[in-house]
Amino acid sequence: MFAELNSILNTSPDSFKPGEFILVSDKHTDASFLIHHFLSFYLRAGCKVCFLGLVQSFSHYSAISQRLGVSLTQAREKGQLVFLEGLKESLGVLLQGEASKGTRTMDFLRDPSSGLRGLYDFVRDNVRGAVGGAEEWGPPVLLVDDLSVVLSLGVSVGAALDFSHYCRATVCSELQGSMVMLVRCEAEEEEESDDEGSERLLRGLIHQCSLTLQVQGLPTGYCRDIHGQVEVCWRGQCDKQQAQKKLFQYKVHDKGASFFARGMSSAVL
Amino acid sequence: MAAPKMSVGKPTADRLPCNTTSFQKKSRSKLVSIPGTRPSIQNGQLIVSTGVTSLDYVIGGGLAVGTLLLIEEDRYDSYSRMLLKYFLAEGVVCGHELYVASALDHPNDILQELPAPILDDIASPKTEDQAKSCDPESQDAMKIAWRYQHLPKVQTALASSSRFGHYYDVSKTMDPEFCQAARCHGFYLPEHSTAVTSPTATTPETYSSLLNNLQEVIHREGFDGTVPQTKSRNILRIGLHSLGSALWDDDLCCRETPSHGHALTTFLYGLRAMLRSSLSVAVVTVPSHLIQNRALMGNITRLCDTAIALESFRGSERETNPLYKDYHGLLDVRQLPYLNCLVCDLPDNKDLAFKLKRKQFSIEVGLCHHNNPLERVVT
Repeated sequence: MFAELNSILNTSPDSFKPGEFILVSDKHTDASFLIHHFLSFYLRAGCKVCFLGLVQSFSHYSAISQRLGVSLTQAREKGQLVFLEGLKESLGVLLQGEASKGTRTMDFLRDPSSGLRGLYDFVRDNVRGAVGGAEEWGPPVLLVDDLSVVLSLGVSVGAALDFSHYCRATVCSELQGSMVMLVRCEAEEEEESDDEGSERLLRGLIHQCSLTLQVQGLPTGYCRDIHGQVEVCWRGQCDKQQAQKKLFQYKVHDKGASFFARGMSSAVL
Repeated sequence: MAAPKMSVGKPTADRLPCNTTSFQKKSRSKLVSIPGTRPSIQNGQLIVSTGVTSLDYVIGGGLAVGTLLLIEEDRYDSYSRMLLKYFLAEGVVCGHELYVASALDHPNDILQELPAPILDDIASPKTEDQAKSCDPESQDAMKIAWRYQHLPKVQTALASSSRFGHYYDVSKTMDPEFCQAARCHGFYLPEHSTAVTSPTATTPETYSSLLNNLQEVIHREGFDGTVPQTKSRNILRIGLHSLGSALWDDDLCCRETPSHGHALTTFLYGLRAMLRSSLSVAVVTVPSHLIQNRALMGNITRLCDTAIALESFRGSERETNPLYKDYHGLLDVRQLPYLNCLVCDLPDNKDLAFKLKRKQFSIEVGLCHHNNPLERVVT
């Protein structure tokens, strides 16, 4: 959990807005440090977290969360965290070829045209509390790292948008929980509308979400002390104020990240 | 005024041999010590050498076990092939097992072309008794350094596998006996392709058969931890040559909108899953200069951990450019992985150029960016 980011977003583990859909996107850089922030944030807040880790192993997140002060293994044992290890499940599907007896969660690997129905079923089953169990956890939270990898695996943009819509309907509207998704894009150099999948996915998701954090490299080029810039955008709700945008620069450390206004990096001052 | 040139790959004589001390750190955890690996200085990750010490430095110390290095080939696949051979040669020297897959050359041919390692002469030490029993008048008596006279004459050199990163002589090939001592598994695509592709196959079967074969080797040899502890642990080095080319029955390089656009990416996803759950390390070369769809290349890069791109000057107008006369090409570090930590050690400078010398593949900070306007003047 990064303290400076909490103050920028005006949230804290004790008080945060319910029903938020937070979209984290990056272009030519890696925004996964924000996913680690939200993971430790919601675990500290005592929410029931469902994490779809599609690109890294559990031990990777566990090692980093350890540095941020949260133990994922303990959370998983207590039942607070449900972790889908996409890589491990995928091997079973990719190697056997024919219909496997295992879960249908990663079925989209075998047949990408079938969409992400299996993945949504997994989310729906795990986001609600255990039947008859003590409901000591807070509102449910869904974290996805990252959604754009399914596009590389052949799933269509429409199916990915359907998945996020269904998840939002279940998690945010019905259960008043929160959702955080990471989408990684490739900036197009030419303006050809080649139906570049991740750009379309990003635009569709920006329309659905309530808060976006767009991470980019510095427009002036590579710098060792400033890793990039983050544009935070609150999308105006129907009766509230207009959309608000703020731009910050950041630097990632071993145990966190620091955010500062443009030109205020400690390396420069 | 020339910018200071920082040589990244210094020969052994100048480098501090930091791993030759006899200091043993007392650690409570039982660290598995596999020959040819060492924990990384930055984050404690177990790393292996790529075979090229200057490349190890550029990618942060070495290749972490369980990760994938993507090499974007240069135009004639000469330097990328050389890097692959260095990687495999390093495996032979360290005693690792090898797995080579290729659609163009038979893996045995690739293994016969590995460069010869430059090893210190391992001479047997003269024991103390022998030295004392020698007639002192028959040897040249030391007049000045007489205190050292009783010491053995020849220093015992370190065994080759205890060093991290070796140097190779490109003009000679590795001794066949040396090469045969290493266990090698090969995958030659023409031997594995089915005669008739099944009518229900929507994607090329080449990648799935490679994935299945690789999983079978990993499982059989016990790299995924299924074999009990009786067998000592070892690393599997996987070299996959020219994936995505037309020989792998893939039209990524032939069309702008390939019909099986996600076959290679699905394979890389499965490979990543396999690497993360076993003691292996993989190097994949891809002819990216043939892939027209830049977004696809971005997807491929993101599914790999470390990614570098080579651009050789051969045949281009830069070959005669006096600015580049010292180098053979440019090396671009496209991506560095964040493994079990939030940051990785970012390099100071990203303008790198390489030169293949006989005994060293050196990577240095280039004198100028390749978009230099001076280029247009000197044609």
